[in-house]
Amino acid sequence: MTSVTGVSAPDPSPTSSVASRSTGRLGDRVFSGLSIGAGTLVVVLVLLIGLFLVTQAVPALQRNEVNFLTSSEWTVSGEHPRFGVAGLLWVTVVSSIIAMLLAVPVGVAVALFLTQYAPTWLARPAAGTIDLLAAVPSIVYGLWGLRQFGPVLVPVQQFFAQYFGWIPIFAPNNGLSGNVSTIFVVGVVLAIMILPIVTALSREVFAQTPRAHIEGAMALGATKWETIRTAVLPFGKPGVISAAMLGLGRALGETLAVTIILATLAPGTPWVASLFNGGETFASKIANNAGEFDTPQKTGAFLAAGLVLFLLTFVVNAIARIVIERRKAFSE
Amino acid sequence: MKTQRLAVVSSLALTGVLALAGCGGGNSGSTNPGGGGGETQAAESGDGNCFSGNLTAEGSSAQKNAFEEAVNLYSENCQDAKISYNPTGSGAGIKQFIAGQVNFAGSDSALKTEAKDGKIEQQQADAACASPAWNIPMVTGPIAIAYNVPGVEKLTLTPAVTADIFTGKVKTWNDPAIAKVNAGVNLPATPIKPFFRSDESGTTENFTKYLAAAAPKNWTAEPAKKWSGKGQGVEKSAGVTNGVKGTEGGITYTELSYAKDAGLKYAQIDNGAGPVELTGESVGKAVAAAKPAGEGNDLKLKLDYATKEAGAYPILLVTYEIVCSTYKDQATGTNVRSFLTSFASQDTQTAIEEIGYAPLPAEVRSKVETAIAAIK
Repeated sequence: MTSVTGVSAPDPSPTSSVASRSTGRLGDRVFSGLSIGAGTLVVVLVLLIGLFLVTQAVPALQRNEVNFLTSSEWTVSGEHPRFGVAGLLWVTVVSSIIAMLLAVPVGVAVALFLTQYAPTWLARPAAGTIDLLAAVPSIVYGLWGLRQFGPVLVPVQQFFAQYFGWIPIFAPNNGLSGNVSTIFVVGVVLAIMILPIVTALSREVFAQTPRAHIEGAMALGATKWETIRTAVLPFGKPGVISAAMLGLGRALGETLAVTIILATLAPGTPWVASLFNGGETFASKIANNAGEFDTPQKTGAFLAAGLVLFLLTFVVNAIARIVIERRKAFSE
Repeated sequence: MKTQRLAVVSSLALTGVLALAGCGGGNSGSTNPGGGGGETQAAESGDGNCFSGNLTAEGSSAQKNAFEEAVNLYSENCQDAKISYNPTGSGAGIKQFIAGQVNFAGSDSALKTEAKDGKIEQQQADAACASPAWNIPMVTGPIAIAYNVPGVEKLTLTPAVTADIFTGKVKTWNDPAIAKVNAGVNLPATPIKPFFRSDESGTTENFTKYLAAAAPKNWTAEPAKKWSGKGQGVEKSAGVTNGVKGTEGGITYTELSYAKDAGLKYAQIDNGAGPVELTGESVGKAVAAAKPAGEGNDLKLKLDYATKEAGAYPILLVTYEIVCSTYKDQATGTNVRSFLTSFASQDTQTAIEEIGYAPLPAEVRSKVETAIAAIK
């Protein structure tokens, strides 16, 4: 779903020429058949998931009595369902933005360190350790965030609430500022979860910077930092963007860790911009209620929220594609 | 020293022999009648009542621990019986039962007789069984109001005060409303932080049913599985108790076993006849005071949450096993009957009391036994 492929390879893509150069031999035909099949399978799967969401969601949406996109009510049973995703959209997007703001710079910095600065004996084990972070199951992140890491963040939260409380997003919030179950804590935990993804992919592209570019920059008298800025970073930029998008996909859709950490608000609680507030993301809302889907209408309403998440991921990926394509046009 | 060790060894040996004897009894009970028929799936005997084969159930997570305990006890004697319970939630359990996917369902509320989204659960279940479906009360789970206020060892709450706390009207622990029913208790000025279940749950439904029935003026929202009061929501029973444990001034409603596990103190409830502590006995009294709402062997209960009976703890949920009165497959009926008989037995009911449930009171239990015996 979140497949923005690395397009940092310097060679022009040779896809069209391969097909025409087929020799008609058995091996060729089998292989092209397999790869076409695999490609089609992915597309069909995505379409089927989309179709499933749409068919389930539409009947419920037709009976909805408030605007699905702008309301944050959530009454899905009974004759007069009223439900909307505004609140969910806010929490999902904001927690993911926090995660991106923290994880992308750190991830890029770690990748630069590993490829440009670290001695080889350190780079390999360090890279392995970071990859290990990606293998930690999300339930572990959730419990760790709730019981161990969250309490450490509480003083930070209180500091911001006290000194920067005049900025709406840091506004102190009825009792929740002293609590681990906030959007802020979720954002930071999500950042740690996506850090290995960003780091690993960025590391791969930085390591591929053509030797000639680096040596050229150095020959012109560039310092280490100037070399990185003029040769490594521009070369790796599309790769970093796709790495960030993969991470964002994970952050937007993360379910278990968010469900465990984030406090749900009582129905009817007025919306505030503060990050030190509870809420629900699309995924955690669905997970919280999946056990009690007793009518098609209710299921449909929740899957409609799932559909929005699905589309959101699509839009984000499409934007990333456009950015990368434009970037390619300039560099060629 | 030596004699002592000898005593230990001999007592161990004795228990071993007794246990073996128990095994032998159970085994012979299960194999004897089977011997004649050969491949009988449901071998029923005079006392053993074992079956071999599979029995599947699904539903309420509130009775999960009780069910597992019951299965453990049952399979001590009947090793060939494979009983599985999938705690997906009451709604999901009923759905699977109606779809014929499971042999019986566990639900925190009886099958609904009024239409919801154009469908009536009871009718659907009857149709699926091709016979009336029965609600059999089996597990009673008291709901504790657990709190974390350092220095307050004993707390009494009335329904009205409880409702006000959970709607955010009473905001601090030393509020006069709380102080009035807790004379002599030194209450701090800590803010009250209510926790609720963020997932839809039968616990929420029964707790709000209690509030709506016992304090209708203070709790005006419709009882539902989804929380309608104030506070912050955390996932599942373990989440809310953990939240209260980590938050000074926190309060929540949760199954007793979870409050006990977390080492939280829980309040006494004063429904009008004086403070009542939460014990197996006080819960049993409330169950016994419930009025039957079904006919014949359909034993659904109408709990009187507002009960003023002295010594009855009124906040509880009853989990029903939803069964067919006559199963299409006779063997299934025998298996269900066999397992539920063991579940309702005095031994099992006492065993589940130790893990935080309340045993069925004697008079309800005898009705339950009659109903189970009538399952075909």
